Amino acid sequence: MSTIPLEHTHLSEDWHPARRGIVGMWALIVAESAMFTIFVVAYIYYIGKSDFGPTPRQVLHVPVLGTVCLLSSSLFIWLAERQFEHLRGAAFKLFWGITCLLAAVFLVDTAREWHELIYRDGLTMRTNLFGTTFYSLVGLHAAHVTVGLIMLSIVWIFSLANRVRPEHATKLQALSMYWHFVDAVWVVVFSVVYVAGR
Amino acid sequence: MNTKNQFAESAATVTEPLEGAHDLTVLPPEKVTWLEHLHGWIVTVDHKRIGILYILYGVLFLLVGGLEAVLIRIQLFRPLNNFVSPQSYNRLFTLHGTTMVFLVGMPILFGFGNYLIPLMIGARDMAFPRLNAFSFWISAFAGFLLYYSLVGGVGLAGAGSAPDVGWFAYAPLTEPAFSPGHSTDYWTVSLLLNGIGSIGTAVNIIATVFCMRCKGMTLMRMPLLPWLYATMSTLVLLAISPLTAAQIMLMADRYLGAHFFDSQAGGSAVLWFHFFWIFGHPEVYVLVLPAFAFANEIVPTFSRKAIFGYPAMVVASVAIAFISLGVWAHHMFTVGMTSVSNAFFTLSTMLVSIPTGIKLFNWLATMWGGRIRFEMPMLFTTAFLFQWVVAGLTGIILSVSPFDWQVHFSYFLVAHFHYVLVGAIVFMIFAAFYYWYPKATGRMLNQRLGKLHFWLMVIGFHMTFDVMFFVGLLGMPRQIYTYMPDRPWTVLNQIVSIGGVVQALAVLVFAANLFYSWFRGEEAGPDPWDAWTLEWATNSPPPVYNFATEPEVASRRPLWDLKHPEDPDFAYE
Repeated sequence: MSTIPLEHTHLSEDWHPARRGIVGMWALIVAESAMFTIFVVAYIYYIGKSDFGPTPRQVLHVPVLGTVCLLSSSLFIWLAERQFEHLRGAAFKLFWGITCLLAAVFLVDTAREWHELIYRDGLTMRTNLFGTTFYSLVGLHAAHVTVGLIMLSIVWIFSLANRVRPEHATKLQALSMYWHFVDAVWVVVFSVVYVAGR
Repeated sequence: MNTKNQFAESAATVTEPLEGAHDLTVLPPEKVTWLEHLHGWIVTVDHKRIGILYILYGVLFLLVGGLEAVLIRIQLFRPLNNFVSPQSYNRLFTLHGTTMVFLVGMPILFGFGNYLIPLMIGARDMAFPRLNAFSFWISAFAGFLLYYSLVGGVGLAGAGSAPDVGWFAYAPLTEPAFSPGHSTDYWTVSLLLNGIGSIGTAVNIIATVFCMRCKGMTLMRMPLLPWLYATMSTLVLLAISPLTAAQIMLMADRYLGAHFFDSQAGGSAVLWFHFFWIFGHPEVYVLVLPAFAFANEIVPTFSRKAIFGYPAMVVASVAIAFISLGVWAHHMFTVGMTSVSNAFFTLSTMLVSIPTGIKLFNWLATMWGGRIRFEMPMLFTTAFLFQWVVAGLTGIILSVSPFDWQVHFSYFLVAHFHYVLVGAIVFMIFAAFYYWYPKATGRMLNQRLGKLHFWLMVIGFHMTFDVMFFVGLLGMPRQIYTYMPDRPWTVLNQIVSIGGVVQALAVLVFAANLFYSWFRGEEAGPDPWDAWTLEWATNSPPPVYNFATEPEVASRRPLWDLKHPEDPDFAYE
């Protein structure tokens, strides 16, 4: 049970390795990107290959409200982070709360869209290849938004109780990286599903 | 590099105690019961204990997967044999493949990584210790789930409902119409959970390598093992995630009535082939990069020279990982792709041989002019070098699509990938065991049993897999349950089967050695091989906290600097 000290007094340069939370989140984002890529490839591969309808052109509408909300939430989480750096608690709570609200609106908008597709247009995962790939790709993204919303809300509740302190900076930064990633994925999903595939 | 001094000094330093060694562990006064001890292992977040758990888990399944291989070889020993039923035979080769890749290769290699990386970079633990424990236990559960399929479903009668779709589980065979019941569900859920564990560990290894290095250890001063594990982990992120995605799609097909791979509704089975091999080929490099990593540590130590061409080794490893992402469709030449695709995947596959060749020549150059000591780790590494050449050359042969059309799905292919998986990876895993077992346990593995293990393994390996190439060239397809007596491959199959049994004996000798040396092995001391990386600066086994004071390093071989203050490495790097 022993160790030996290995010291080199001539080493005077500063030693600042990267923060593990940030590197870990980057690694997770790489893995998630690979996973989304497969779903996006499947979606693109099956565009127009369904044997019968409904087709995307018949039933899909561009989700303007949800898209605007989700993309602007990236802006608000960035603003919240800046308030956090400047130790302005009230503004942080406000902006973080708005981020949560925008994420929730996005999910409600998706739920409304799915409700219409299922009960009005009769499109489910079983209907055709479009249904299969649409629900899996948009659903996988919505699942990520849901996970993000849960984590954002936890931070918000803690901040309301004044329990979010400067030492949590890296954790908040990692969470906001995740959130920006989820938003960036939506840009891809939106382009593929609602623009290119329609 | 000044090699002259290394020759002069190496022998003298072996037995010298390491200066400044001190013990800061406070032993608990009361004796712990075995239940508390067990509880300690289950709730542990210590990277060394988790590493050992991974390795023991892998060794357990190595015995299981080996038993399955022996049963397969008994069935193929003579024509028209009915030792097992055709259905059981399908289950055996499916379980054998899935077990060996996911429950043996990955856990053992992750186990060594877990154990060694923090020690080698002078850290006290991995970046995320609790994530580490989570990754292990979810992978362990996945292994349990796969084998629960034997008793789950219809139960043990009729060999249960183990998956029978092959380790690559080609669609549409896995679709509900063709695989009713739950056997394929066990396979897919098990691999999904295992994948989550692998991704967790990969994230952890990357964060550890980039964030936890001790003072002075720049990336280019890091030992090659952490370098290769970081590369391998990046590949895990990029390769296991597609598999996870494909498993989610398959589950959606099976449970939710989706049509991803359902040809009746316009779905494409070939899409599954692509998704599986986008995982499947990088997976080979996920497994072989750690094997290279072990060689990178063992070859210099037993040649008494610093590794030749360190920067070239780093670049070659990263290049292998990069190129391996673009070769997957060489598994699919017989699917009927365009000539452009065939040409692309032939060329990209051949390209891998360039960085791989660089690595091989660097190992040879490290050995060249060295004072080689053929201890057990070096014996296995030497065998690895020869076998890796054959594995690589047959790979280049197979990458030529017209040739591949002739031997695809034959035993030639089976021999090739077993040359990689056994001849290279398993041999290097054995080498790593002999090299680091003293560090983890404080005792040397018995050399006499080790020699027996080595020679049985070499003889068994070559009896099996050299001959298997010819079985394949004579036209025997893989995955067939039996064959007719008029085929020209009966005698060859018998040699292959006997070789398989010899290898099984070798593994049993090895397992016995692990057990025997735990109790009776020679005391190892902190640095039995006179090596140069930081793990040898700790005691054997290392204390929970690894290093009492955080080490600082100034070169790639910190212990060389310590042992040879008159001629330190950092003067030349």
